[in-house]
Parts: sequence; C-alpha cells; structure tokens
Amino acid sequence: MQFSENWLRTFVNPTHNTEELSHALTMAGLEVEDLQPVGALFSKVVIGKILSADKHPDADRLQVCKVDVGLTEPLQIVCGAGNARAGLFAPCALVGAELPGISIKQAKVRGIESSGMMCSAKELGLATEADGLLELPQTVTIGENIRDYLALNDHLFTLKLTPNRSDCLSIFGIARDVAAITGAPLTVPVIKDLDVVSTTTKNVIVTADEACTLYCGRLITSVNAQSKTPDWMIRCLERSGIRSISAVVNITNYVLLELGQPLHAYDADKLQGDIIVRFAQAEEPITLLNEQAVKLATDDLVIADNSGAIALAGIMGGATTAVSNSTSNIFLESAFFTPDTIAGKARRLGLSTDSSYRFERGVDYSNTLKALERASALILEICGGNATQVIKKQGSIPVRKAVDLRLAKLVSLLGISLSHQQVATILTRLGFSFNEKNDVFTVMPPSYRFDIKIEEDLIEEIARLHGYEHIQAIAPQAPLNMLPVPESRLNDWTLRNQLVEDGYQEIITYSFVDESWEHDLLGNKIPVKLKNPIASNMNVMRSGLWGGLLDALVYNLNRKQSRAQLFEVGTSYAISKDDQRDNAYSESQLISGLFYGPIRQEHWAEEVRDVDFYDVKANVDKLTHGKAKYQVADVGHQHPALHPGQSAQVLMNGIKIGWIGKLHPKWQQHYDLPKSTVMFELEVAPLLNIPLPNYTEVTKTLPIRRDLAVIVDENLAVQTLLDGIKKAQIPLINEVSLFDIYKGKGIETGKKSLAFLVLMQDTHKTLIDNDAEAAMAKLLGVMTNQFGATLRS
Amino acid sequence: MQNLDPLISQAKSDFALSVTITDLENTKAKYLGKNGALTEAMKGLGKLSPDDRPAAGAKINVVKQAVEEALKDRRETILKDEQDKQLASEALDITLPARKKPQGGLHPVTLTLQRIETLFHSIGFSVATGPEIETDFYNFTALNIPENHPARAMHDTFYVDSQDRAKNKTLGDQVLRTHTSPVQVHYMQDALKNNLPFPLKIIAPGRVYRVDSDATHSPMFHQVEGLWVDESISFANLKGVVQDFLQRFFEDDDLTVRFRPSFFPFTEPSAEMDMSWNGGWLEIGGCGMVHPEVLKHVGIDSEKYRGFAFGLGIERLTMLRYGVNDLRHFFNNDLRFLQQFTK
Repeated sequence: MQFSENWLRTFVNPTHNTEELSHALTMAGLEVEDLQPVGALFSKVVIGKILSADKHPDADRLQVCKVDVGLTEPLQIVCGAGNARAGLFAPCALVGAELPGISIKQAKVRGIESSGMMCSAKELGLATEADGLLELPQTVTIGENIRDYLALNDHLFTLKLTPNRSDCLSIFGIARDVAAITGAPLTVPVIKDLDVVSTTTKNVIVTADEACTLYCGRLITSVNAQSKTPDWMIRCLERSGIRSISAVVNITNYVLLELGQPLHAYDADKLQGDIIVRFAQAEEPITLLNEQAVKLATDDLVIADNSGAIALAGIMGGATTAVSNSTSNIFLESAFFTPDTIAGKARRLGLSTDSSYRFERGVDYSNTLKALERASALILEICGGNATQVIKKQGSIPVRKAVDLRLAKLVSLLGISLSHQQVATILTRLGFSFNEKNDVFTVMPPSYRFDIKIEEDLIEEIARLHGYEHIQAIAPQAPLNMLPVPESRLNDWTLRNQLVEDGYQEIITYSFVDESWEHDLLGNKIPVKLKNPIASNMNVMRSGLWGGLLDALVYNLNRKQSRAQLFEVGTSYAISKDDQRDNAYSESQLISGLFYGPIRQEHWAEEVRDVDFYDVKANVDKLTHGKAKYQVADVGHQHPALHPGQSAQVLMNGIKIGWIGKLHPKWQQHYDLPKSTVMFELEVAPLLNIPLPNYTEVTKTLPIRRDLAVIVDENLAVQTLLDGIKKAQIPLINEVSLFDIYKGKGIETGKKSLAFLVLMQDTHKTLIDNDAEAAMAKLLGVMTNQFGATLRS
Repeated sequence: MQNLDPLISQAKSDFALSVTITDLENTKAKYLGKNGALTEAMKGLGKLSPDDRPAAGAKINVVKQAVEEALKDRRETILKDEQDKQLASEALDITLPARKKPQGGLHPVTLTLQRIETLFHSIGFSVATGPEIETDFYNFTALNIPENHPARAMHDTFYVDSQDRAKNKTLGDQVLRTHTSPVQVHYMQDALKNNLPFPLKIIAPGRVYRVDSDATHSPMFHQVEGLWVDESISFANLKGVVQDFLQRFFEDDDLTVRFRPSFFPFTEPSAEMDMSWNGGWLEIGGCGMVHPEVLKHVGIDSEKYRGFAFGLGIERLTMLRYGVNDLRHFFNNDLRFLQQFTK
C-alpha cells in the first residue's frame, strides 16, 4: 500500500514529523517498507511565463527569452529547450536555486547574460526522461513556488501490510490507526446522501445472497465521460501508484483508495435487462476488462445480465459493459462480497487486482453505501449528470461476535503488568466498544476489523498499542531437568566430524536436481517430480547425493583445484512403496562423499599417490565403526555410476546401507575429469547405533606371532577366506591379518600369494611352540580344505 | 724411589693430544699398559724393603688414580665431542613445511546449526525433525492457514507432482515444506501420543523451500524453529529466550532484540524480531505465541497450556556471524570459500 503523506494528513495530523510517523507506523505493525520524498529536493524554482523568445545571435540551438517571474522586470534567460516559446508557462529556476546536481548562478551563455534556468520535469527530479520544458497550464499564477504548485513537499509511504490488516487498505483506514497509535484526532469524512432527481432504477436480483450480502447500485445519467480529472485527484492516484485513466474510472479508484471500498462502473446502455448477482455456470465464458477471456467455475461469483456474466464479482469488470469515452449513462456498483467467496479466485485465474486484494482480506461493509454516495458526488461534480435513487439489496450482513478479554489472561500471556485502566484506554483509542465486568472486557469488534475473533487477537491489539518495545525480555522459569544423552546413540555431528578428521570438506547442494542425474547417474526411473520447478534442470527431488558432489567437484576443478574431498549430509526422496503410510513419499538421510586426486597435497619429502578404493574404504570403515561388510553386486545389479570391478555394496548387519566405488569411466569422461574419483554413499540411520564398550579381562599372557604364506586362486576374495577362518573358530587363533599380496614371478599364473600375520594367545597360560604349531596346522587345514590353499614354500 | 707426581701432568697433556678414542687408548698404554710407567713403578716395589713398600705403594696408587681420572675425563670429552659432531651433522631445516594431513571442514551453515543446537541444548531444548515433503495439512492447515488464505500467497510453494504417486491415495497436495513450523505440529502430536511431560521444548532445524531465486533469496535455505509449550510461558519469556540466544550466539551482551507487531496465522500475538546491529535494526525472523487453533489441531487444551514459537533464518545468522556478504556463496560450494571456515 503506497500513499502520499499529505493525503494522510488531511485525515489525521499528528505532531510527528515524517520520520517519526514512519517509525510509529512500523512499531505498530504497519511496517514502512519504503519512504521517499516526492520529486527531488530543490529550491527557488517558481512559475515563469516566457514573454518573448528570440534566437541567440551566436548559437543556432539557443534562444534568448524574457521571462516574467512576478518581479518588476522580466528576467533574461538563455534557453536551449525546443519548446521554449512566447506565451509558455514553465518552471523557472532563479539565480541561487539548488537543483539536483546544479547550482544556478548569474552567467553568460555564449556572450549573453542569463539570469536563471527554465526547467524540464527531469531537471526537477519529477521524471527520468523529459522532452523540453515542463509545460504548465495557462491558469497558473506567475511567480508561485513550483513546489507549492505541484505539492512537492510530500513523501511517499509504502506499507508492507500483513494479510490480517485489511482495515488499513485505505487512506482513511491508515488514518484511523494512526489516530489510535498517536492519539491525534481523526477527521471523519462527512458523506451526505445525494439529492436524487430521478427515481429511475435498475432491477437488481441477488441470488447468491450468502456470497454477496450487500449490493448497492445506482444509475447516473447524462455524464460527460470525457471530463477532465482534477489535478489533485490525479496526484493522489499517482502517488498511490495508480495511473490516471478516465474521469469515471479515476473517481472509482480514488474512492477505493480513500475508503477502501472497491467500486465498479458499468456503461448502463450496454446492460441488457436486470442485474443478477449469481454464481457462474460451469465453463461460463467472460472477457475481462484486460481483454483476458476466461472460462469460469461454479464457485466463481459473477454479476450478470441477460447476456450472461458481465463482471467477475469483486475481481474485475467485463469488457462488454466497460465505461468508454462515449458513455453517457453509468451504473455504479458498490457491494460487499464475503472474503471466503473471493479468496483464491483471482489467483486461480492468474490475476491480482486492487479489488480482489481487498475483498479477499475483508472490506468494511458499513462503508458500502457511503462509498457509493461519495463516488456519486464526485462523478456529479466532475462529470456532471443526474443521480438516481440507490438500489440496495441486503442479505444477512456478517455479524461481529463479541469477544471476551480477561485482564488476567492478558497479563499472564504477555508477561507484563497492565492495569484495567490502561486496557480500557487502549480499547477506547482503537474505537472498540466494550463493556467491562470483574476485569473481563466484552469487546465488540468494529465492522472493519475482520481479524478480531478470539481473545488472543485482542491481546495482540492491546500489546500493539501499548508497544511491543515496552515488553521486557524475561528469562523463563522452568524445572531444571537434564536431557537424556544416550551414549549408544550418536547424532550425525559425530559422522560429520569423522569425515572432517579424514580430510573431507562439507558442502550443501540443492535437494532438487536435473532429472537426467536421477535417470542416468543413479538409475532411478521414477524420481519425485516437482510441479513448478524453479528451473528445468532442478525439476526432481534427488534420491542420492552424488550428482551434487560431482557438480561441486567440476566447479572446483574449473577453479584450478587439484584435489578434493567433499561430503554432504542430505535427504533422499522416493515415492513410497508402502500404501499404508500417511505420506506418499519416503525420506531418509544420507551421508555421501567423494575423493579426487592426490591423497594429500604434494610434499617435498615424498611422492604423493592418487586416491584409490582402499583409502575411501577406510573412511567407510570408520563411519560404520568397523562393522561394514562389502559385497560385489551381482551382474545386472551394479550401480550405474560406479566401475563394476571397483565397487561394492556396503552392508551392516546383513542389510544394504549404501555403496562405495570408483566412478565409472564413462562418467569420468562425461564430466571431463582428468582423473577418476572414488565415492561412497551410506544411509545415516544405521550408522548412529554404536554398542557401549563392554569390558573383558585383560590377559597377562603374551601372544605368539607366526607368519603364514599361502597360494590361492587369484579370484578368491580375501574377505571370504578371512570369514571362513573366523567361522572355523580355531582354538588359540586370536587374529589373522593380511600383510602382503604377491602375484607374478615364482607364482603360477591364475594364482596369488597371500601372507598373513597370525597372533595366538591363551588367556590362562603362556603358549609353548608345540601349541602354536598345532594351531597353525589347523589354520592351514581350514585354508586348504575350504579354499584350496597351498603352503607357499 | 723417584718422584712420580710429574707423570700426572704429563699424562694429562698426552691425553689432551688424543682426539679419538683409539688415540686415547694407545696413549693410555704409555702409563697404564703392560709396560706403562705406572705398571713399571708397581713392578719396582718388589725391590723396596718391606717397611717402605706400603708407603711407596700408596703413593703410586694416588698417582695412578689421578691418571685414571684424567683418562676418564678425556674419554668423556672425546665422546661428547663426537656426539656433538654427529648431532650437528643430523640437523634439519626445521623451516621446511610439515607433512600435513588433509584438513576437512564443516559448511558454515552447519557451524551455525551446531552452535544453535548447543546453545538451546544448554537450556534443555531437544532437537526434533520432520519430513521435507509435507502434506498440505501439516504445512498449512494445521498451522491455521486454510486453503485460499491470503497468507498462502506469502509462501511461494513448490508443489510435488502427484502423477507418479501410488494409486488410491486420497491425500491433498504435497508440497516442499515452506517453513520448519510443521515440525511443531508433528512434535506436539507425538508428544501427546507418548505422554511426554510438559514443558515441551524443542528446536527444529532443517531445509525449507520457496519458489524464489535472486541475489537475496535461495529456493532452498535453512530455518530453525523453536517451540516451548507450558502452562505459564509468556510473550516476555519469548523475548527473553530470543534475546539470550542472540547475545550468546553473537557473543555480545549488549545486543538487544526489538519486537514489532506482525502477522503469522499460527501465532497470536505475532512479532517480527529485529536485532540491534551496527547502530540500526536488522530483521532476523518471526515469532509469537502459538495460536490456540494450532494447539486445538493437535489436541492440547489452549486454556491450560500456551506456547511460544519462533523461526530464524540460518543463512542470515551465518552471514552476520562471519561477515559473508552474498547468500549465493553458501550453495556454490567453492572450496576457496568453504575452507575459510576450517577450524
């Protein structure tokens, strides 16, 4: 809501200066979003009349003008404007004037004395472009200060009104609140009913009387639609951001701004038969004033005549009955349409009008008739014509229900002490009528306050007028109970910190991604789609985080980074498979990482190699508390993003929780990566459970170490062998770990040599060699029998 | 018997000429070896009368001890010199760069979230979470924003395309949550179901989405919602908690919070929160007393209980905390930006 300060001050004129008024509005919940002076700040510019304009002897484009500015002698001014001519009235900056960027001094222009400057609208900061001098009408007073003439000592206020404050969608409404806030007296406009010369009426039938509870209209005959709109009205409209159109439309807009009541004027000669207020028929067509042809639904309220819908009630008039320059008889409408009826309808048609904006928030139904009278009077004054009797169809006007306000509740909810008297004073200032008994105020909200329905609404009003800034900040009092801190339940900070320790940098990428990432990179054929994505490459919700990680990698490689370790914790989204859920979509948290390039920054002391699968496997082992199992995916079930021979599913407790692997070479090529990258992705939830440490006796005996080298089939997975050994539960064998793999010279083709470190221990006695030899024999036996291993000689 | 005393000084000067242990051992032989001067002197004792022998022997011993002492001193000196030389040869250029482990870091938004959780945890707030794809009910209706309410237009909502949804669903539109406030509703419902004791005190951090993208708006951003429901909590307490939080978060005891009347369908009274900053005021979020309709939706008696709720923008707090001047940095993921927050 934008308006002129001067216009507001005609209704309420507090002692506050502009800045103070702005602050007071903001602190009372009418946030001033913008405050600008009208035009530029300039001084000493008056209205001048060019008496004569003669060509400059030494310059083709300049004229030497004699200008009457109301002094005893005319001024001689050299002027370059194309429209400077004898008889023209235009602003004249006198010597000593300060204009935006210019100081006017006595000067010689090409040898001719010039005592001032004739001005364009641009030079006065009134327009961004101007073609020649600002031409003023012949009726002006020579010598008058142009600031007074154009009423430039004014400010434009722009309010960011919240949807509950429809009562402030008019100048008068704002003035009413300013009066309540500041205590300054409010000038209520006196609107008299017009003397009616004709009793000709129009028949109005309201069938949708629940939606249109009050309909007022009147014929005004013999108007001159081409009448000129007065300057003061155009100024008010323009300073509220509304363009001047024609006198009748300007008047309806003016009353809309002044009183907040949307009005509509029809060309009465184009109306066919009775006026009917009804709901639209399905698919009923109408062409609106903006030439938009729409098809309506049965919950759209329309104004119709015998030809069909002629206006979309409360939103926009129709083209067929619009007032034009040739209109001579008009039918003027002022009605109350309920907020529920109008809400959402304009938006459905892609419209937002000053009218719909107000009706869906609530228009003061006690003003419906007054606004009609006010507009009628202005039309008669400006366009002439004769007003006929008002037609008024009234259904059940909404009734404001009384709301009880308990002083005790107010005090305890706000946490401040307010007296009975303070509350009563505020209610009175707000113009709310009330009764009071035993500290309970029974308040009758006024017709213009659609937002006062419950006690809390009144409490807010009291707090607002008392001033939120006068409510102290008080620390709450509550029992001091400690929160549970489950030790066996981590939160994801721990996981993040583990990756940070391992050198990973956290990133945050968008949850919506390019559909092709889902299809091709992640193999998800049915991603969750958005109806209204912000961009076509952000149209689906991701099921995995690798797309974002790779994108960030490319971004950084393009900025000359040579290595990157990135991770993200984020949500994956899927269409829920479970029909019983109360949500059609399922979400889970993922933690994903990517490692690219050298394992660390190049160092002077040694060669630094590039990352491989096993570096990242260590990171995954850490995140899974060493509990992860890795399983090669079956052919056909491999991950489309990963190298089939260098990737694995990650399992915890037998359940698949993610993937690890090297990026598939085709994607490396697609992303134009100089080197490959190793990635992982795990579900967060299974990683958060960690067993409490459980003490076992520390043995006093010392372990015996033996090394064992065996030759096995090249394709045997080492973990399979280790799992077999573990399962065999060989007594005394405490730990078997691989320390070397060898293939090549001395080893048969298709075979590999594995060297293990074996630790043996008995908790009760120190082992002797014989015990150890026996255990080693059993170990070799298991390897030989189950895995075809032979002892490497 | 000859005077042996000069041997001591002679030995000392001889030892001093030895620069290696081997030299020293050779020189030692001259005095203490098989044919050394002192050995010879001991041998000569036999020639003395038994009466003279003890005194002469004692005298030789004194000299021998002195020579041995000199030998030991010299040996230690040589060893120390050799070690010093060895150590000197092993000296490093300690100015060479260290063998660094790669340093990771958390995203600045995460740093802010962690600080927020820590601060609120210290006064007994738990962390609650909720889905990001929400039903219309949780995102709007349960928060007292009925269909067609003008307040819905304030939320530029992303709608999920329901075409692929499993059949036989009679659910309303699904949306990407436009705020973290729906978590309030989920949490209060769960709390009632599980008979959690009052006060209910949670914060709910997370990603939220609005159809808006320019220099100061991101279609995805982070909010933290706070909720405290109890019998006697007040608007003044809300101001107290928010002010306390901001003072601790920015580590500035002089920071003050200003409330301005505002409107949110799910709070009444509602306020915009401004914080004092560089002599002016900065808008940092919205708050208010939980609207009785919201309590009613979850089945909490609004006559007995009331609550306050607030929502803060995480990116905004992060920008102010670290002096970041452009929102877009947070989602470009430029390592040159992110690594500035490495701790």
